[in-house]
Amino acid sequence: MAEHKHHILSNFTIFKVWLLLVILTGITVSVTHFNLGAFAVGVALLVACVKSTLVLTYFMHLKYDDKILTAFIFIVMLVFTSFIVLTLIDYIYR
Amino acid sequence: MENTTEHFEHRDDAASKLGMWLFLYTELLLFGGLFLVYSIYRFRNAEAFAECGHHLDLMVGTINTIVLLTSSMTVAMSITALQHGKKKQAIRLLIATIVCALIFMVNKYFEWHHKFEMGTYPGSPTFKSLPHGDGLFYLLYFFMTGLHAIHVIVGSIILIFVIVYIKQDKIRPDKFALHENGGLYWHLVDLIWIFLFPLFYLIH
Amino acid sequence: MSEHLSYLQDSGGRKGIFKWILSTDHKRIALLYLSILSTFFLVAMCIGLSMKLELIAPGRQIMGPQTYNQMFTLHGVIMIFIFIIPGIPAVFGNFILPLIIGAKDVAFPKLNLFSWYLYLAGTLIALSTLLVGHGPADTGWTFYAPYSIRTGTNVTLAVFAAFVLGFSSILTGLNFLTTIHRMRAPGMTWFKMPLFAWALYATSWIQLLATPVVGITLLMIMAERTFGVGLFDPALGGDPVLYQHLFWIYSHPAVYIMILPGMGVVSEIIPTFARRRIFGYRAIAYSSLAIAFIGYFVWGHHMFTSGMSGTARIVFSLMTFLVAIPSAIKVFNWVATLYKGSIDLKTPMLYILAFIFLFLIGGLTGLVNGALATDVHIHDTAFVVAHFHYVMFGGTGFTFFAAIHYWFPKIWGKMYNAKIANIAWGILFVGFNLLYFPMFILGMMGMPRRYYDYPPEFTFWNVVSTVGSWILATGIILMVVNLIRGIRSGEKAPSNPWNSLSLEWQTASPPITENFEEIPVITDEPYQYQKQ
Repeated sequence: MAEHKHHILSNFTIFKVWLLLVILTGITVSVTHFNLGAFAVGVALLVACVKSTLVLTYFMHLKYDDKILTAFIFIVMLVFTSFIVLTLIDYIYR
Repeated sequence: MENTTEHFEHRDDAASKLGMWLFLYTELLLFGGLFLVYSIYRFRNAEAFAECGHHLDLMVGTINTIVLLTSSMTVAMSITALQHGKKKQAIRLLIATIVCALIFMVNKYFEWHHKFEMGTYPGSPTFKSLPHGDGLFYLLYFFMTGLHAIHVIVGSIILIFVIVYIKQDKIRPDKFALHENGGLYWHLVDLIWIFLFPLFYLIH
Repeated sequence: MSEHLSYLQDSGGRKGIFKWILSTDHKRIALLYLSILSTFFLVAMCIGLSMKLELIAPGRQIMGPQTYNQMFTLHGVIMIFIFIIPGIPAVFGNFILPLIIGAKDVAFPKLNLFSWYLYLAGTLIALSTLLVGHGPADTGWTFYAPYSIRTGTNVTLAVFAAFVLGFSSILTGLNFLTTIHRMRAPGMTWFKMPLFAWALYATSWIQLLATPVVGITLLMIMAERTFGVGLFDPALGGDPVLYQHLFWIYSHPAVYIMILPGMGVVSEIIPTFARRRIFGYRAIAYSSLAIAFIGYFVWGHHMFTSGMSGTARIVFSLMTFLVAIPSAIKVFNWVATLYKGSIDLKTPMLYILAFIFLFLIGGLTGLVNGALATDVHIHDTAFVVAHFHYVMFGGTGFTFFAAIHYWFPKIWGKMYNAKIANIAWGILFVGFNLLYFPMFILGMMGMPRRYYDYPPEFTFWNVVSTVGSWILATGIILMVVNLIRGIRSGEKAPSNPWNSLSLEWQTASPPITENFEEIPVITDEPYQYQKQ
């Protein structure tokens, strides 16, 4: 892995990310008041994915670190998602 | 002189960070197994799960979510402070993080206590007579939030160690891998809650 | 001339047993693993022998059905969790990986020792199931619900043992991944890395990502037995098939944890004893990764008759056929390396040649299992038992034996008696096939697995099989005795008795504590025998 001069995350960036996360939390909570039927799960999970991407990218420094760590997190998420999808294929088509 | 050559001090911060990330992947998969069970039983008991979600306190859940997000902010800021050489501020921010953890745990305690009073917990005398979907919902609720709470406690202990090491100068602006890795663990705790929250409190 | 001691002489400033159990030297840790591993292997082998003795004739011979169930459970738990999964990585990964990539140790030596302590704890917890309560588990090593929830035997303890062993496996994988990423010698780019390291790399990813899933599943079993909440109990809304999904999501990738390191050993031994550069180095490296990756998506092929949906069965069968491809690529490449090679039939090479034959049979019968139409007939019969013994024992087991005979002089600085080693190999090979091949026939004839008895028409092949087990055991005992004699009083070995070009052979046998006087700088690709 490449060595690089260590990046310092500015307090301003940290604060902006926190603000975004809080706003997204507010959105996902208020959305529950609308009846989205089958889409409710999808929307909630989508917001959760956006929030977690923010945490991973900024708080956990992935944006500024060796790209291989980003590649790894993708692979891990892919493998995990496949577990759920393949298992669901069993239950959906029973 | 000792006949030994066993201790070679080699410091490799990139290796430490990689090691920590690899450990985080295992934690993700550990919770992942539970998320898998959740998705299957939710699929099979959609109405029961949605209905039970109503019985959780949305206000407390939302507050806890904000509290954890804030704790992620404070721990990230503590690293920035440390890197700028501001030891005292770094420690104050870490204490703030731990305070957030305490608030989270207190809220969790009240939530769980309420459920215990209602008898909707695994091992209660009335649990087995709950409708199937309800039983599975509450089992998963306690198992997943319980396992998460354990990680909150472990994470807090790790951060206490970080504070001690900063005071002892074992963590310094030129040597802060332990601090970063402790922070990474803490963010994982936040990440898991980011998914637990909607799945239990919001989907109805 | 250095005054550096070999790792066996370097006490690390400690006395007695603490020289070993407090050492963070990857080489000593490897031997710590080997000592426990080999003991438990022999125990599980004896359990297997008594199972075969029970099956020598119809009717009860030496044990009843309950005991038989506990025997095959113990046999499986020990062989799988204590011998094969840790096996090559814990012993040869630990000893050889840093040497073969030109490093002083693994990335996290203290964590490495901690892994061993977890392993020890796991084995002791597993042993305790023999001594308390209603005796060892009788569920099979697969611990299927609902029986595993309801049986009075020591299931909670047994799965807790597996949980602890799994944690050990995870930490070893984590250690090796970091080691390979960060500690290769200067000049050793990824594609100058030996294939044993590539194999361990792929294996470590599986250990890391798959094991936590069985970890949480085993916790669920413990919770279910304790609280009876209905996770897998249909009476309470649960689904036992979900347990099978969770279990096999780990346990299928686990078989790749078992075979990939063995394949890495093959890729090291063949070039040395064929004096040829490996054919298709990149293909083998990529195939290792492909096996690890695709292997995550095939687990349902253990569940074809469980009640899964037809769609799921088709998807899993298709994925199973796909995962066979990279394994086949490797076999082709190994055989191509042998072609026109200058083959030296030393003991390690004999085991490798046997491996190719046995793994081929195991792999092809895997396809018979993986095809939906045929699986319906052979699922849960002796056919499956034969298949997995051919791949796990004929595959991983034989490569484990090959690795011992290959790296023996490196580890102990001595040589074993080669003639006896080869005789043992011959006896082993004959015994193995006599023991397991009849099981294919019995399975096709309809004999179920995990039964302590059978109807009289199955007698003949069962007798052949049991006699085969005695021959196999004789071979193993001869092999082990020969190796122990070699350790105690074998001839001193030169640092590179096989004239291998690989890095671990370019340092003393046994190595000094820091492995190399000076960390080498790498310029060549591995296995450049054509330059000699």
